[in-house]
Amino acid sequence: MLEPILLSLKVALAAVIVDFFVGIVIARTMARKEFPGKNAMESLIILPMVLPPTVLGYGLLILLGKRGPVGNFLLETFDFQLIFTWWAAVIASAVVSFPLMYQSAKAAFAGVDVTLEQAARTLGAREMRIFLTVTLPLAWPGILAGLVLCFARALGEFGATLMVAGNIPGKTQTIPLAIYFAVESGDTDGARNLVLVITLLSFATVFWLNWWSRNKLQAWKKGGGCRAESEHQ
Amino acid sequence: MLKVSINKVFPGFRVDISFEFERGFLVLFGPSGSGKSTVLNCISGLQQPDTGCISLNGKLFYSSSEGVAIPARIRRIGYVFQDYALFPHMTVKNNVMYGIPDRCKKGKGYRVGALDVLKTLKIDHLQDRYSGQLSGGEKQRVALARALMVEPDLLLLDEPLSALDHINRKNLQMELKQLQRAWDIPFVMVTHSRREMEMLADEILFLEQGKKRTYVFPAVRSRGLNLAY
Repeated sequence: MLEPILLSLKVALAAVIVDFFVGIVIARTMARKEFPGKNAMESLIILPMVLPPTVLGYGLLILLGKRGPVGNFLLETFDFQLIFTWWAAVIASAVVSFPLMYQSAKAAFAGVDVTLEQAARTLGAREMRIFLTVTLPLAWPGILAGLVLCFARALGEFGATLMVAGNIPGKTQTIPLAIYFAVESGDTDGARNLVLVITLLSFATVFWLNWWSRNKLQAWKKGGGCRAESEHQ
Repeated sequence: MLKVSINKVFPGFRVDISFEFERGFLVLFGPSGSGKSTVLNCISGLQQPDTGCISLNGKLFYSSSEGVAIPARIRRIGYVFQDYALFPHMTVKNNVMYGIPDRCKKGKGYRVGALDVLKTLKIDHLQDRYSGQLSGGEKQRVALARALMVEPDLLLLDEPLSALDHINRKNLQMELKQLQRAWDIPFVMVTHSRREMEMLADEILFLEQGKKRTYVFPAVRSRGLNLAY
């Protein structure tokens, strides 16, 4: 029972890390830049949220499979088979949960006052320093909220994961897969225990996020930085 | 010597202005939407004119004919924004020190110490506060300190007093004037308040619909102020 839990946590965490880096680059660009085809691109990014995970799984299979462009390249160049490994589960989870990260991060970046970045520019800061010391810290609450939602969604990913990573116990069998196959094989006790674990984990994650956004986030916005109530106004 | 000649077209509006300014306090005066902030942004490098030429003390910042556009970060032009633009997640001290490169923080290479600037502006006791914990007047002083810390060659102020109450405004007006004299760098300030203009200006540039107007205000004439040409 422990194996699927640890694997799920590992996969969800790795997916969150992937989503974090890809997410901040894309969200930041989309929040500040105007270019032709932006609407279409935006729709494409949000699409994984509304499509059935099996559709995404199918798409990933075509892309990452042995005969797919990416899968074939990895196999030929590095002799590495991506499909049916836990890396494939990470990619599936990352793709499915990406819109959650993207939407939170984009709103967070859009909420950062452009004047602050301009002020930093007149103070001699380079763009990278401005991003790391002004934009990112100010957008951080929204980005963190996105990451937490991402984590919860990645933890529960089933359809796309099954299609690209399969159900290999100890290798790609995450909690949702283990539950499904436990029920299939009549192991209701095992299924129930895992259901309890993932429900508690997801509840704790979302509960923390709600608590945090109600208490800490408000204080952050009001006081500036991590300070609570303003003392002097 | 600040030399500005800019031309920038917006939808339904055009800024076309040129002036020269040597030293003291230049006030850009005019109604809202007359292009004052655009002029400041072009001087600072935050916006680029469509065509024109901007230079300060012989250093060329922008020239459309020569294809020069020096980025804002290396122009050494201080900018005090209308709504202060203090970094809300940093303390007053970190705000003020933001523009000082790490290698200079040990006191080498810069004439002024952070504490001196904070003392001059009477905000040394606020060092550990966040901007959310400051009053409007205090925010304004912090913004001024932050802009001056990098030892700019020119200071731009975009309606710096508009958000303050009457008493604060009066006090800060006096201090701005003293500060300009003490630092002896040109200050260029945007305002639409005639009182402020009359109090502070050594020279006046009157803008209307993106153009320079040569109307001389009676109060200005009596004080013998110059119009910038």
